[in-house]
Amino acid sequence: MSVLIFIDTAEGHVKKASLEALTYGAKVAEQLGTTAEAVVLGTTQDDLPALGKYGVKKIHHVNNDNLNHLDAQVYTKVIAEVAAACGADTIIFSNNVNGKAIAPRLSARLKAGLVAGAVALPDTSQGFVVKKNVFSGKAYAMISVSTPVRIIALSPNAYQTLAGEGTAEVVAFNTSADAPKVKLVSVNKASGEVPLTEAEIVVSAGRGMKGPEHWGIVEELARTLHAATACSRPVADAHWRPHNEHVGQTGFAIAPNLYIAIGISGAIQHLAGVNRSKVIVVINKDPEAPFFKAADYGIVGDAFEVVPRMTAAIKKLRGIA
Amino acid sequence: MKILVCISKTPDTTAKIAFTDNNTKFDVNGVQWIINPYDEWYSLVRAIELKEADASTLIHLVTVGAADAEPIIRKALALGGDEAIRVNTDSHDSFYIAAQIAEVARQGGYDLVFTGKETIDYNGSSIGGMVAELLDLPYISLATKFELAGTTATVTREIEGGEEVNEVALPFVLSATKGMAEARIPNMRGIMAARTKPLKVQEPVAVDALTSVSGFGLPPAKAGVKLVDAENVEELVRLLHEEAKSI
Repeated sequence: MSVLIFIDTAEGHVKKASLEALTYGAKVAEQLGTTAEAVVLGTTQDDLPALGKYGVKKIHHVNNDNLNHLDAQVYTKVIAEVAAACGADTIIFSNNVNGKAIAPRLSARLKAGLVAGAVALPDTSQGFVVKKNVFSGKAYAMISVSTPVRIIALSPNAYQTLAGEGTAEVVAFNTSADAPKVKLVSVNKASGEVPLTEAEIVVSAGRGMKGPEHWGIVEELARTLHAATACSRPVADAHWRPHNEHVGQTGFAIAPNLYIAIGISGAIQHLAGVNRSKVIVVINKDPEAPFFKAADYGIVGDAFEVVPRMTAAIKKLRGIA
Repeated sequence: MKILVCISKTPDTTAKIAFTDNNTKFDVNGVQWIINPYDEWYSLVRAIELKEADASTLIHLVTVGAADAEPIIRKALALGGDEAIRVNTDSHDSFYIAAQIAEVARQGGYDLVFTGKETIDYNGSSIGGMVAELLDLPYISLATKFELAGTTATVTREIEGGEEVNEVALPFVLSATKGMAEARIPNMRGIMAARTKPLKVQEPVAVDALTSVSGFGLPPAKAGVKLVDAENVEELVRLLHEEAKSI
């Protein structure tokens, strides 16, 4: 028996969400009294043995050109082979974009119960029960998995990465991966910016900004904090900001350490996308804005005055002139 | 072309979330039900647009649920599906539902299966991938754009910090998210037409669920907001640094 963790990569680099999955998977292995192994697919550029510091003992590397880009169908077959070879009874993914594509397929393939969006370690005192968020973060559910093999897709930013000591043994796993049916045509990434779903700090703004031309102060605050920028639905619908910045019920659901909401009233649909943030700061000139009820810290005031002051105060704190 | 669109019934986005029976059941008392927004706004509406572009396209809707799901499926038909299939069962876990949908898909021989990226109640994001695996078809998740030329689709999907464009031949399964289409409201003609569109009811295939819910809970309430004066933003920054330790 073993715990097998899927290491997700982008352009050959291990994603931050996978470091969380590695840390989490190692802890699950410890809990189950077994070892943590991992699988990585395709060409990688990172130092794989160094991932041992997150607690993984052995990494199966399937280096095959058919695996350099995600085709969930092809990936699933290969991961299933690796899981069988190492006798994995618990398989861990991050519930990130690729995890959401692969984990359900693997669940159906192996008839292995899936907890998608886990937020805590399994409770193994009675069976195998894992906590996950439901109703868009407004509640949680305890999911009981009764199948011999189980799959946990860990919610990004729900489990703290912990680096210790150790080196992982990297072994080549040889198998013939099918040719992908999904072909990559192009990738369009905003370079140099922090991806919203991976960001520790998110600076978000809404209609209170009055127009897209006023976003400079929001972006300046985000840059100062090394934060990602986000927006509310009306802002994305009005094309003030791109859709990929929209957080909320029908946009991205995020769980950063710090969420700063500027000029967003805090409709229930917006809260559904951000209520798992660890700390919420609300800046709004309307003291009756519902968002204040969900906030940890708040300032009732004009964003056009408060935000530049906040940027200046952070620069001062960090010793940036 | 034949498209199967998966429709789920979910509580309205503003519904009060509470539980009964010793926190083991969702409290449906007073809850308004809607079509899961991802199923409706993005997946169904995009399918309707494809039909508008090519009138020979057939759109079938499938829902897995008891008779109380019928108002939802009628509303979806009013938006534009041709016919609907309801698999008559209480829903269990996502694998159980996916197995029912896969069975309907097998019977109908569809070129495309559309799902929403997730339901807003269980947030599993699992149905599309499971259906694809059960049908042994390619799967593209979190699709924001879909274009079809002949039998090859060009699909844009979300990735961390951006998007990528993929090409894949029919048939395949897709999960849709924001960007695919704009929300629509059914018109009177659609609502009238929906009344007479076929709604077939079929019995579920025998499948074992892989998971079950052993209990629900509500997150602890926030302690309350700590307000800082607008003239004293430095104090907020100090609190975030020293107290919350988030910057």
